[in-house]
Amino acid sequence: MHPQPDDTTRLLVVDPAHGRLAGRTMRDLPALLRGGDLLIVNDAATLPASLPAQTASGASIELRLLGPEEPAGSGQFRAVVFGAGDYRIRTELRPAPPPLQTGERLQIGPQLTATVLARSQLSERLIDLRFDLHGAVLWRALYAWGRPVQYAYRVEPLPLWAVQTAYATRPWASEMPSAGKPLSVEILLALAARNIQIATLTHAAGLSATGDPALDRALPLPERYEIPEATVRAVHATRAAGGRIVAVGTSVVRALESAYERGNGTLTAGSEIASLRITPEHRLRVVDGLLTGIHAPEESHFELLGAFMPKELLEHSHLHAKAHAYREHELGDECLILGGSLPDEKKRAA
Amino acid sequence: MNGLQTALITGGSHGLGRALATKLAERGLRVVIAARELAPLKAHAEALQRRGLHVYAVQADVADKEAIYPLVAQATLLAGPIDILINNASTLGPTPLRLLADTDCEDLELALGVNVLGAFRLTKALLGSMLLRKRGVVVNITSDASVQPYATWGAYGASKAALDQLTRIWAAELPESAGIRVFAVDPGEMDTRMHQAAVPDADPTTLAPPDDVATHIVDMIASDEPAAHGARLEVTTWRNRHASAA
Repeated sequence: MHPQPDDTTRLLVVDPAHGRLAGRTMRDLPALLRGGDLLIVNDAATLPASLPAQTASGASIELRLLGPEEPAGSGQFRAVVFGAGDYRIRTELRPAPPPLQTGERLQIGPQLTATVLARSQLSERLIDLRFDLHGAVLWRALYAWGRPVQYAYRVEPLPLWAVQTAYATRPWASEMPSAGKPLSVEILLALAARNIQIATLTHAAGLSATGDPALDRALPLPERYEIPEATVRAVHATRAAGGRIVAVGTSVVRALESAYERGNGTLTAGSEIASLRITPEHRLRVVDGLLTGIHAPEESHFELLGAFMPKELLEHSHLHAKAHAYREHELGDECLILGGSLPDEKKRAA
Repeated sequence: MNGLQTALITGGSHGLGRALATKLAERGLRVVIAARELAPLKAHAEALQRRGLHVYAVQADVADKEAIYPLVAQATLLAGPIDILINNASTLGPTPLRLLADTDCEDLELALGVNVLGAFRLTKALLGSMLLRKRGVVVNITSDASVQPYATWGAYGASKAALDQLTRIWAAELPESAGIRVFAVDPGEMDTRMHQAAVPDADPTTLAPPDDVATHIVDMIASDEPAAHGARLEVTTWRNRHASAA
């Protein structure tokens, strides 16, 4: 049994301004931030996105839904198709699914079927589908047949409870926006008590691996996000008062930076598609810091980290995390990257 | 309604839950009602929808831990993030009620499962979101059986006493500045299906109509002087105070 992330989850702190690293726990987060800073979280709830299905010819496949349902109430989703088997087989070892045809009917549960609407040019495993139910009946069926997406490192099935943050609302995410999982109500209250504000956005965080090299290279795929007016106001007020903006999760970085780019240099509220890919060359315009999981160089999230710190410090942080046995994956340990977070720490980074 | 826009009411197909849904929807809120049986729930939601009110039905058994997130997700999709949670679903266990010493172990577990664990889990699933929006009201429907040791009301009374204590502890843990209010309401004796099952020979003219009780509870949520954080309020006391003040 893997322990659930909580206040005691280990936190690797990286201060790019001073080139320093330090080991803390999530309980220390409020003390690492300053009054007037703003944390922005992704409040998407995690879908039961993994559905076992059968093709028209009777082949077993697995569908992993990419949220949200679009348009709302239509029964339409984008999905990645996996071959036979389930999460207990490592993603890269899963057999390829048979190619699906447009118009093909997929059987999920006795009363739950779907029709393939289109295949992506990116990969024939990326499809648009429409369930033959919609509204409350569809949601009831999805929660009856679907399970949270999970990976082989954890053998026992994950309950839906294990993949929701404390503040989850609309079910948009294919995988849990996991950076916020250790934010307990106790930490949220402690942050508020230090005058550290918390704002929300909703981002349809997608899959972290598909088993298809072509598709994996294109990750993260374009994803829906929605930024409320109140969050835009909070960002502007924080900036005006000299506070820092700390994103909780890479999906929040992507949503905010995409919205800034789309607004031609002004962060604007609303619902859009994030297609921005954040690389080490990206100049961050909204976000100052990031609370995220422990990422490895082979992950799509890793290149995003390069936007927050120089290559040498990123490599050093990665080696440090490995040497000190920080756990990677989405139910693992955390990393705070924030300039000025370790003003008094002895310089450790080479 | 003080900026409150949405409500989720458990046990929403009959009695007090049904009346609360009507009153809140009439005040312009988007209301989700949940219950185990879909047919009466849907009938009530559809009747209110025909009046142009925003009421949605979601089938869920709050005693089932795995039903909680499906309920929260569907409620949020239908109505938006939930501002008001009314933990109203309750079970007495089998009737006629029996002495505590004669109560089956499973029947006490059932009462605790619906009346305590159901309320706890649903509140747990919604509090974080309320906290970030700095807007939330949690109303736990209790009973005088939580205070008075009525013979044969053991399982129900013990479960409601536990719910009262959860209410007080939530209030102690969440500062007023968090923007969330948690309180318990004893609705008094009402002319409902549950009361009929518990006390079949009661004179209905001595029982309060659920509509009347629901009006007062909506008042506790939304009046200029609403119920205090952590309070345990009796509808009869509230009614008398507000009647004499008027």
